[in-house]
Amino acid sequence: MKPVEIADGIYWVGVIDWNIRDFHGYSTHLGSTYNAYLIMDEKITLIDTVKSEFTDDFLEKISAIVDPAKIDYVISNHTEMDHSGGLPQTMKRIGEDKPVFCSRMGHKNLSMHFTGKFNYTPVEDRGSLSLGKRSLTFLETRMLHWPDSMFTYVNENGILFSSDAFGQHYASVERFDDQLKEDIMPHAKKYFANILLLYSPLILKLVDRLKAMNLSPAMICPDHGVMFRENLGKIVNAYVEWSLQRPKRKAVIVYDTMWHSTERMAFTIAEAMGHAGVDVRPMHLRKCDRSDIITEVLDAGAVIIGSPTLNNGLFPTVSDFLTYMKGLKPRDKIGAAFGSYGWSGESVDLVNRALEDMKFNVLFPGLKIQYVPDYEGIATCKDFAEKIAQKLPLEA
Amino acid sequence: MSKYECTVCGYVYNPEDGDPDNGIEPGTAFENLPEDWVCPVCGATKDQFEKVA
Repeated sequence: MKPVEIADGIYWVGVIDWNIRDFHGYSTHLGSTYNAYLIMDEKITLIDTVKSEFTDDFLEKISAIVDPAKIDYVISNHTEMDHSGGLPQTMKRIGEDKPVFCSRMGHKNLSMHFTGKFNYTPVEDRGSLSLGKRSLTFLETRMLHWPDSMFTYVNENGILFSSDAFGQHYASVERFDDQLKEDIMPHAKKYFANILLLYSPLILKLVDRLKAMNLSPAMICPDHGVMFRENLGKIVNAYVEWSLQRPKRKAVIVYDTMWHSTERMAFTIAEAMGHAGVDVRPMHLRKCDRSDIITEVLDAGAVIIGSPTLNNGLFPTVSDFLTYMKGLKPRDKIGAAFGSYGWSGESVDLVNRALEDMKFNVLFPGLKIQYVPDYEGIATCKDFAEKIAQKLPLEA
Repeated sequence: MSKYECTVCGYVYNPEDGDPDNGIEPGTAFENLPEDWVCPVCGATKDQFEKVA
């Protein structure tokens, strides 16, 4: 794919990864892109690189616009290797003495990734850099989502290069939000839920900060997926909404099962909650990917976990999911546990303890059924579901 | 009372502000933070903080 001119003299020079399906454990059903940008000015400037194995494709794209050796400045908004992996090979072509502008933490972190002694030039938060006709302002966005993360803003064009923020793992020939027939928002939501959820308080602060700076971006260009030029408010407002984590009348039932007993409980709870007007999603841990489950958890009011007891403990996939969810720090959720067991039945208590540890509002001691749920057991599941439904907000 | 900076993410602990979100009252010296206190931004442990000169 050719470079795409996104504004006068400013190009997308990223690459498309059509085939990636597992991005460090995050399922990328539709691939991804690694976006990088080239600004043609008196000082020719490259913003970010790509994952290392795509560097040839990337350099070819740049070469269609300008000989890489003529690039004067490189900016690294984020150290993670899907954006910096191509740096060593790229610097060889550009010239290893050329400055690499990055945040102070970027300097530190890039140095721990690459043995090459590049001309790292740390910039201050709100620092600026003149390219000739245009000027850039840098904004540190620490922990959104790495210590080194920063944004680069082109003042004259109102273009915000937002690094991973507002990104989506979505491979497409279309490069802009308005070109995609399929709504991009579910992919942006999944990205938020899996990468940024734990930093929700920082996102709210960042949005306030951007507002206070009176920036009026005409375009938001993230490092993954499409660029926003039509509806910037939509993605920014969605970030605020997701960060606020307002619980909806929605429950995610996350479970695994050995002989379908815990599953029968899950389905019974799901149906009863559905009848109580709850948007409910039963999600089997070996049929649904953890990153898809977390996307549903994002706006749910309740997370109900079902685990059989295996060898006196949790079912392994449940442990996996609990570990993953704990790190992402969802807030203001109701938690509940259920499960079938054979003879000891530890799993429900273990789930409850894990949920309490995550500061979930754990409603009950949990629902345990020995072996196969009978008529009475099914009735208990319905009652359990109805009690949770009563505690959920009325708003869908 | 000195400020301390997180060497991982650059967060600065200011004893005047404390860390109220995590139950640390304003006016708490860094030395008096509980040993299990972690950086409210990135989760780094206390030993990863350095005194701000």
